Amino acid sequence: MKTKTTSIILICLIGLFVTLTGCGKGKHAITAAGSTAFQPFAEKLADQYMQAHADTNVTIQGGGSAVGIQSTLSGAAQIGMADLVILPPEARSLYSIIVARDGIALIVNLKNTINNLTIQQVQGIYNGKIKNWKEIGGRDHPITVISREAGSGTRSSFEDIIKNISLTKEAIIQDSNGTVRETVINDVNAIGYLSHGLINEKIKPLSVNGISCTTEAIVSGNYVLVRPIYLLTKGAPKDKIKGFIDYILSSQGQETIKSSGLIPAK
Amino acid sequence: MKILEEKGISRLLLVIALSAIAMLLLIVLFILLEGLPFIFKVGINDFLLSSNWNPPTNNYGIFPMIVGSLWVTLGAMVVGLPLGLAGAIFLSEFVPRWAMRIIKPTIELLAGIPSVVYGFIGVMVLAPLIREYLGGPGLSILAASIILGIMILPTIMSISIDSIKAVPNSYREGAFALGATHWQTIHMVVLPAARSGIVAGIILGLGRAVGETMAVIMVVGNAVKLPTSAMDSVRTLTANIALEMGYATGMHRQALFATGVVLLVIIMVLNYTATIAIRKMGKNK
Repeated sequence: MKTKTTSIILICLIGLFVTLTGCGKGKHAITAAGSTAFQPFAEKLADQYMQAHADTNVTIQGGGSAVGIQSTLSGAAQIGMADLVILPPEARSLYSIIVARDGIALIVNLKNTINNLTIQQVQGIYNGKIKNWKEIGGRDHPITVISREAGSGTRSSFEDIIKNISLTKEAIIQDSNGTVRETVINDVNAIGYLSHGLINEKIKPLSVNGISCTTEAIVSGNYVLVRPIYLLTKGAPKDKIKGFIDYILSSQGQETIKSSGLIPAK
Repeated sequence: MKILEEKGISRLLLVIALSAIAMLLLIVLFILLEGLPFIFKVGINDFLLSSNWNPPTNNYGIFPMIVGSLWVTLGAMVVGLPLGLAGAIFLSEFVPRWAMRIIKPTIELLAGIPSVVYGFIGVMVLAPLIREYLGGPGLSILAASIILGIMILPTIMSISIDSIKAVPNSYREGAFALGATHWQTIHMVVLPAARSGIVAGIILGLGRAVGETMAVIMVVGNAVKLPTSAMDSVRTLTANIALEMGYATGMHRQALFATGVVLLVIIMVLNYTATIAIRKMGKNK
């Protein structure tokens, strides 16, 4: 008898769960997936958009630029987010629009005496030809090169802009902007790169070719390490999807992008 | 009515048990189907023995990862084995029963700490210490070995304790009667009698060390290279899959599945050896 009651309760619970998760039907659902660098901004924009448009449900997923492109192609997401300088060939069939720009900052530990690097020096460090900070005017310490995993949008943008990089085998690989930053905070000899919006007071951003990584320098085009952030859709966006993208491109949406540390597209 | 209910429930349990096995088979099948064609396309030699891993240029050599996994696992054993074994002997032979009732669950609690917490401690505490006192980037084989060594402690310890406890008391009494000291009894009678159980514990610990991902990614640095010292950074097989899975497409994705095949084979061999060792323990009793 007791087991019967338990199983009845169990069945009721399962039924309740199914009905609860089944909610939200009748709403227009938009899914955007891709770039982890743009993900937090997209979430903020989606929240704002949903407040104004209660009939639309926007879900933001991460996964990385490649996932954004793949899931847009396969239809798993209606909008793909990609932060690449050069879109890969498979993305050419997609409709693309630039919604923001993002600087990539080279960062070192606060105790590091170096303030500026030339593009050639960055190449040398990431190719493993420059191994000690003293070779470029710093202290006599070995350089700990930190990079991202193969396929990261930040890494491929970085390598596309700096050019001719075949990453040194000594390089430490971290799997997110945040862990790159943590490693640089903890290691006096480290150099890494991350999205410019994530610079904080615990790390030192370097100037590249004499130009420091500031919002002004990125907007004016003087700072070289800048990548576009694309939204990708299958064919030109329509209806609700167009509504959301238009909102991101509106002055209100661009203002949100700007206030949270990215560079507006226009 | 009653009989019908009994039968129904036993059927239901059978289906549930079978579905668990089916799940395992499906996973194995899926990984093999995705991974094996790639291995044959690239060639076993170029896949297993080349040290050039660079997916954008279609170079898929996982030799550095195999070596990396090996070193990290071996290091974890060097840290975890003496500690685990010594702890198990002490707890089962020297500690009174009431103390054991407190200490053993505490050790088993170690196994319940999420691996990301271990990794976090490794990054925040261990890596800076290694960098400061031993040089190198800090994120290294040594850091991973220490963290993994602690993580496999509960596995090695609790299985070893169980198998030492399973040695009949008459063995010990016999040894004492022959005039053996306590320590002589332990290392000449009790440990050999409990051997296969201890071996099983060690192999299960090995499996845990090979398969651990999150903590390892955080503390090992993930550089794709053949290490020359314990202070070097390496990448393990599991880290390789977890790091690049999110971004991988096409050949690259298949290469990661193929890495999974290699991992699967290693883990299966280890687990099978453990099962045999445990079975042997059962016969010894």
